[in-house]
Formats: sequence, C-alpha cells, structure tokens
Amino acid sequence: MRADHDVIASLVPSGARVLDLGCGDGSLLDELIRRGADGLGVEISDEGVLACLQRGVPVLQDDIDKGLDDLEDDSFDIVIMSLTLQAVHHPALVLREMNRVGRKSIISFPNFAHWRLRAQLAASGRMPVSPLLPYTWYETPNIRLCSIKDFEALAHAEGFTVEERILINEGGAREGAITQRAGNLLAAGAVYLLSR
Amino acid sequence: MGASGTPARSLGLVETKRVVLFTEDNPLVLDSGETLAPVEVAYETYGERSASDNNVVVICHALTGDANAAGHHGDPTHPGWWDTLIGPGKPIDTDRLFVVSSNLLGGCQGTTGPSSINPATGTPYGLQFPLFTVSDLVKVQRALLAHLGITQILAAVGGSLGGMQVLQWALDYPDEVGHGIAVCATARLSAQNIAFSAVARAAIMNDPDFADGNYYATGKGPDHGLSVARMMAHITYLSEESMRQKFGRRIQDREEPRFDLGVDFQVESYLQHQGKVFLDRFDANSYLYLTRVMDYFDLFADAELVRSQLAKVKTKFLVLSFDTDWRFDTSHSRGIVRTLTAHRVPVTFREISSPHGHDSFLLDVPEYHKTVSAYLDHALAETV
Repeated sequence: MRADHDVIASLVPSGARVLDLGCGDGSLLDELIRRGADGLGVEISDEGVLACLQRGVPVLQDDIDKGLDDLEDDSFDIVIMSLTLQAVHHPALVLREMNRVGRKSIISFPNFAHWRLRAQLAASGRMPVSPLLPYTWYETPNIRLCSIKDFEALAHAEGFTVEERILINEGGAREGAITQRAGNLLAAGAVYLLSR
Repeated sequence: MGASGTPARSLGLVETKRVVLFTEDNPLVLDSGETLAPVEVAYETYGERSASDNNVVVICHALTGDANAAGHHGDPTHPGWWDTLIGPGKPIDTDRLFVVSSNLLGGCQGTTGPSSINPATGTPYGLQFPLFTVSDLVKVQRALLAHLGITQILAAVGGSLGGMQVLQWALDYPDEVGHGIAVCATARLSAQNIAFSAVARAAIMNDPDFADGNYYATGKGPDHGLSVARMMAHITYLSEESMRQKFGRRIQDREEPRFDLGVDFQVESYLQHQGKVFLDRFDANSYLYLTRVMDYFDLFADAELVRSQLAKVKTKFLVLSFDTDWRFDTSHSRGIVRTLTAHRVPVTFREISSPHGHDSFLLDVPEYHKTVSAYLDHALAETV
C-alpha cells in the first residue's frame, strides 16, 4: 500500500461512505472497501477508470474541475482528494464541492515550501523536481502548487476547520521527527482532515 | 480479443425457440390489472450454464430488436443485432457466460403482441391489445428464466429501451440481479423524445391503410406511415457528424443533381431504403405500443417509492453513454447515476467518445467494448 494511502486510511472510520476524487487506479478505494467502507471514485483518465473496472471499484469518469453536479449535498461521510489538489484548475471550486457533498474531507498535497524545493530553486535557479513532484516544468500536470500555509489560508476561506494535520515525508509516510510548527519548511507534504 | 483471451468469433448458426409462458389458467397479470393469455415468448440462448448457475446474462432489446441478438439464422452476413458484443471471445463472452435473449412482449418477432391472435375473437388483437409497461416487459423475461430454472442472474444488459428494462429489473427484483449494464438509456423520456414518438405514431395512425389497427386482413398495412416513422427515427439514431461523413451532400448514382422532388441525395436514398426494409420485419401496431411504453416510463417519478425500492436493490450498475448521442444524450445517463448514487447504489459511469450517435451501442466502439469486457470479467470473477 502506498505510504500516503496508509496515512489517509488511518483517518477513515470503518463503514464510512467514502468518495475519492482523482482516484486513479482505485487502489486506495479498493483497500478502504476491503476495510468495510462503501466507496465511490471519480477519475478523469481512461487508464485509471479501466483499472478501477478491473478491480470492481465503482467509479464515475468525470472532470472534477467542472464540479460534482451528479452528487447530492451531504451524500458522503468523507471525501478524499489524495495528491490531486495541485493538478486541478479550480482548487477553490473543488474544495467548495467537497465541503458540499461530504461531511468531512481528507486532502493530501505536496508542500511547495519544503526546504529541499526552496534549496533547489535557490541553488540551481531551476524549477524543483522531487519524489512528490517528479515532473519537469513543461510536462507536469501539477499546475497549482501551494505551500502548507497557502493551503490553510484557502481551507479557512472556504469555511473548513482543520481537525487534524499529518505531515508526510517524500515517500508519503507520516513524518514523525519534525514539529508541527516547522511543518511548512520541513515537511514534504501534508494530509489534512477537515470538517465544516 | 475478449476477456478470456481467445480471439473473438461468431456463434455461427443459432435458432429461435418458442415457449408459452402464460395460459388461460395462469394468465399474465399486467401492471394495469388487465390479464393476457396465452403469452408466447421467442428466445435464444448462447453458451453453457455453469454448474453453480452464476453466469447467466439476460439481454434486453431496444425498440425494434428481436431474440436473435448474436449468431445468425443461416446467412452469416446478417448476424444478430448485438453480434458485435456477444459471442465467443467477445465482451459478453459466450465461452464463459450463458446468455438469454428474448423478444419483448408486444413485439412482432415471435413473442405475443398486437399482431397475435386474440383468442376471444379469433382475429389479431390490433388495438385491442392491452397497454403495458416496462415492468410488464421484465415480468415476462423473468417468467422465461423461471421456465429455464434460473432464479439468479449475473447481469442484465441492454441499450436504449433495453437499458430502461435493465433498470426496471433491478427495482422490481432487487435480490435477483447481480449487475445491471444500461447503455445510452434513460429513466424518463424528455419532451423532445416524446415528440419524436408522437410524430412517428401520427405517421402510422394517419396512414389511410391503418384502418384503426385492423389492417391484418386487408392485405395492406400502413406501410407509408411505418416507413416514415422509421426514417425519422433513424435520423435520431445517427449523429450529424456521422451523417456528414456517410453521405455529405452527395447525389445518389449521378454526378449532377436532377433538381426534382424525388430521391436525389444519398441520404434520402439511404433513409428510403431503411424505411422500406423495416416493413418486412416490423408490425406497425407493435411500433405504436412499444414507443408508448417508452413515453410513459418514468422510473424515478415517485421519490418516496424510489427511496424504499432502491434501499432494497443489491444490483451494481454500469451506466454508459456516448458523447454524440442526442437521442438519449449523456444528461439522461447522468440522471440515472445521480439517483442511484444518492441512494448509495454502486454505479460506474463512463461517457464514451464515438462519432456514431445513439447507434454507437450496437457498433464495435473499442473503448465501449473494453469497458463492458472489464466490468463483466470482474463481475464473474467475484462470484467464484
């Protein structure tokens, strides 16, 4: 299981009705369903959707940037968006939609203010590349890079309350060694559990 | 290549069987409360039943389909209407699945309908045939399965009106259907859809040879009206782009237009041909009844009823639409997805890109076939 998926799964109560936005090949949902969740994915890519079909994970092929019109208010206990926020065109709209359809949200993203990225940019003068942001600037799907501070400002503006913040390392695993206060500098990414 | 890994082949020669499922002593009780007997059903089966009976797939046909979904009746160049999808090594893989395909109640290809003899009069029913619903269509299919000793189905599959039956199957028999595959279907027709039905029926019923539906003994039927109905319907099955590619503004059999009011453009000739060949295989009264069934279908009309029905449904769904289908466009499929998801029924949805409009569900569209194949592959694997 992917390390960041493990962190997310630890935040999902068994039996929850879960929506996974940008669910990719459905591996996280598959695991959550195995653990007793009732899951639905949304994925835009043909390959991802076919992989979900092969796993038997229910999935809607759709573009989350256009909103979640087919999903009703409060129809999920938890809406997950794992390492996808940085690839959407309209992050504020997507957050608003997550808040509308789910009682709680779990969002993970790479932290662009991580010291290693800052150092790469400062030292080489070129766009940083890292395990969580592995693409060159001209082919990256990651178009809305933000820092932990940036994200918290937007989440707050969209009416979310931070219930829990878990800092993650470049492998996506829980970062135990650093203090929460230094997160924006020292953590490669973060997983947030948000409520209204 | 099908999911089983074998190259796709044809089923070859198949035959339609017939069975009387309802008799005077045990009539079909319709949704309306009216009874109907006898009811005979024409059906075909393909593939072998597994020992545990976990591999039964029911095919529901669209407005003008019949029992011959796959394979052929003697002429390999005229295979069944869903031969692209059903057969050995195909997405509905008859090497592994047992497929049951029947002609709908009210049809005219071997199952009891308006052209059948009314035992009360000794003459064809005509418009004396009772009106029926999509639930009634499904009830008859279920009686056929009971006759075959089948009580559980792995999947019900259908396109257009066939997809409407798939949805109804799950609502009416929530414990009996593992999976429903509804392709370019709808939970309710739009005003535009009903308008097309209305014009088709007007063409038939205003034909002087319609004779209030009692044309069977006259030696001539409302051929003009029925072929116009078919021509118009056919336009709605194609996309503008596919018509442009197929016909453009080309002239039939000539270089220069004739500048007259006859059939001059290729598209006119094509539609005329489609209207004409339709007369050989379809009954005008069946067309009236089956279009009316579609008009009145409104699966999710009663929110309270739907809530209680969907709470019991154990079926998982695959809902597919095509981006150039304007007969039942993607918003119809999304409407189905919205309601099912709101009631926690598992759904997978894709809008498939295809230039062929509503007709895409009958054609070999690779992404569509891959989807059905992968879905059924997992559905079957899950049962063993």
